[in-house]
Amino acid sequence: MGGPASSQVRISTTPVLSSGDGVDVLVALNQYAYDHHNEDLNAGGVTVYNAEEYDLPEGGNYFGIKADELAKSTGNARAANMVTIGAVAQLIDFKLEEIDGFITQRFTRGRPGDDEIIEANIKAVRLGVEIAKTAGFTVGQLEAPNPPDYQQIVITGNAALSMGATAAGLNFYAGYPISPATTVLVWMENNLWGEGRFVHQVASEIEAINAIIGAGFSGKKAMTATAGPGFSLMSEGLGLAWMAEIPLVVTNVQRGGPATGLPTKSEQSDLYTCLHPAHGDIKMPLLAPGTIEECFYAGALAINWAERYQGPVILVSEFGLAERGENIRRPDLSKVSQESRATVSEGDTGKRYDSWDGSTPLPGMPVPGGPGAYVANGSEHDEIGDTTHLPRHHVRLMERRFKKLDLLIGAHYEIENADADMIIMPWGSSKGPAREAYDRLIEQGENVGWLYSVALNPLPEEVMTVLKSGKKVIVPELNYLGQWSSLLRMEGVNAESITQYTGLPFRPADLVTRISERIGAGVTA
Amino acid sequence: MSKRNPEYDFAWCPGCGDFGVRRALQVALEGYSVEHEEPQANNVVVAGIGCSGNMVHLVEGDQPFGIHGIHGRSLPIAFGVKQGNPKLNTVVVAGDGDFLSIGGEHIGPAANRNVDITAVIMDNGVYGLTKGQSSPTSAFGAITTSTPLGKIENPVSPLNLYMSIGVTYIASYYSSKPRVLAKMIQDAMNHKGFSIVHVQSPCTTYNDTYDILKGKPKEGIKGIAFEIPEDHDPTSVEDANDLLSRPGVPLGVIFKKEGKSLEDRYQDMAARAPKRTNDELLDSYLLQ
Repeated sequence: MGGPASSQVRISTTPVLSSGDGVDVLVALNQYAYDHHNEDLNAGGVTVYNAEEYDLPEGGNYFGIKADELAKSTGNARAANMVTIGAVAQLIDFKLEEIDGFITQRFTRGRPGDDEIIEANIKAVRLGVEIAKTAGFTVGQLEAPNPPDYQQIVITGNAALSMGATAAGLNFYAGYPISPATTVLVWMENNLWGEGRFVHQVASEIEAINAIIGAGFSGKKAMTATAGPGFSLMSEGLGLAWMAEIPLVVTNVQRGGPATGLPTKSEQSDLYTCLHPAHGDIKMPLLAPGTIEECFYAGALAINWAERYQGPVILVSEFGLAERGENIRRPDLSKVSQESRATVSEGDTGKRYDSWDGSTPLPGMPVPGGPGAYVANGSEHDEIGDTTHLPRHHVRLMERRFKKLDLLIGAHYEIENADADMIIMPWGSSKGPAREAYDRLIEQGENVGWLYSVALNPLPEEVMTVLKSGKKVIVPELNYLGQWSSLLRMEGVNAESITQYTGLPFRPADLVTRISERIGAGVTA
Repeated sequence: MSKRNPEYDFAWCPGCGDFGVRRALQVALEGYSVEHEEPQANNVVVAGIGCSGNMVHLVEGDQPFGIHGIHGRSLPIAFGVKQGNPKLNTVVVAGDGDFLSIGGEHIGPAANRNVDITAVIMDNGVYGLTKGQSSPTSAFGAITTSTPLGKIENPVSPLNLYMSIGVTYIASYYSSKPRVLAKMIQDAMNHKGFSIVHVQSPCTTYNDTYDILKGKPKEGIKGIAFEIPEDHDPTSVEDANDLLSRPGVPLGVIFKKEGKSLEDRYQDMAARAPKRTNDELLDSYLLQ
């Protein structure tokens, strides 16, 4: 049956950047839910509780609803959720016509009985409204909607990154179910169809990584998606892909770790693992989108990067983005580039694993069936991929593998107030709450700067310049070790973290307090 | 040192069974290309790790495309190669340690899928490259460097395993007659679906089984390898199981079941699949 589940809706006339500080309306369907989320309520907030399950003593900021009973009175017992929605709509002054319109659209399916269902649901909404009216609470009025002048889509992070990768030409997907990455596999199984495309659920994450290695070798733009435990299983395969220079993308939708950890909670604790997933000298190209919209573009860029530098790319998402549905600007697919690896032609004299110092375009990668046969080898190898132990080959190919990273440019970054003494640099989904905190701090007149990069390896030159300026860099991140700031310190950056490891996202208000403390402590001198 | 690459610094020990398998594989690859009028470049050899894995570098003739991957994962890699481009003749070469121990978990899924690849297994009953440890097919009680007091696990019975797990083409042979073995490998390549040619390929350094396999009449040793009787019907499950219940190493095709491969089934499914452009897909998310 599973365990406790919750979902949150945040409504705003400007783009929503995070899940916010607290909630104005809490709908608690059982005592457990009330006990665990009561404290999330903002001052002036109201709880709607399920009076069929439990009771609360008189006098609090709450009222009970018997949604099932009321739903039955409409002739449709399944409309209980609509009773509750009616009550919430009344509390926040949400236009009922919008709800009626949604119901009508949702249940107009060309089936007999559609009209009765629509009528019952609309009636259920009104019953909820009446209950809330008699309870006497409100939580204020919503501002008038302010729709943008561009087309919008409503999409989750996992669907957005799947869509982005597909837009860049993804044509091979192998995966294995694991929370919170499963919906990428499901998306692919439903949508990655058509000439030259292949999608399959395989027997393990080990099979998934090795299958996409084979597919990348045979010419496909291949991807898999997984979460922490599955990513750990892919370590050895990622080493092979790096060593043999096979283009592919591995998406890690992070959850809490280690081991099975917190499968359905948010954490940013796989950064070390994603950068250095395998033994040996390896540093993976890494893209970490921080918003739903960035998930789309990072999905596309990951595929393009893999093709461009002929190697594996890690796309790092998080539970906090994976299942978050959000309205974003509809991407213009004609502006999404589709890069394809350089290949070889009959008569080319170059070999697959020639030395490369970056002064010429990266030599092409032979495609099986065509000219330039070679062995893609996980052992150190010579020019055609035969195993070798000769020092000169290990030296020249080690340098080639790292030099190729220079090709990986073009990811989104943001730099603001770089002259400030202290700079806030979140990564991944902590961008949202950090940005809200930053805006509030600026409003308060604090002298802080903003730095953000979707690419964490390699970092864009412009971002590196700010980091190397010696300013104090504060990294809000959802892990215990302060992983990103420690990696920055390795590069000589004056960085420190603000960490949280609760399995929950940051709240902007907490970040404002904690960043202010750093300012107050004279950190910025 | 290989004929193609004088700098290549790996060699099998003198007398290694893998030499015979190499000859057979080369003949089979060339024969398959000629038979299907396809370029040799359409052949992809996916190797595991171990002595056998070096086959991909040592096979003579034109250089095939190859992957020398990681220990035990040749089957899923080959799966990806084949689904990535179903026109490629995809062959796995692996040893008994690679295929049956660390890689054992992949045999079942490959059989369930009936993926159209051919695995040529070199079984020497020992880990040779790491100098003589017990392998899945080492005998019970075998003294090896990792079982100095004798192996206390029962050996894997590879042919029975393949049969029970649903492999649709199973052949067994030894490395000593490359011409015959080559025909068998080519036949396996032509089989639509997952085929395994399991070859006894003795290790002359750590587990020399030539005499046990072929016998040595002068010393009164009767070989355990035996020709499969002419009346054996490889399409019969009953015949195959009868044959596999006999002691010894059968030489020939044990089982062969015609049917749809994964690639066929995938095409059938793709015909039923929704067809939407990327723009149509994106429009399904439009805010109403």
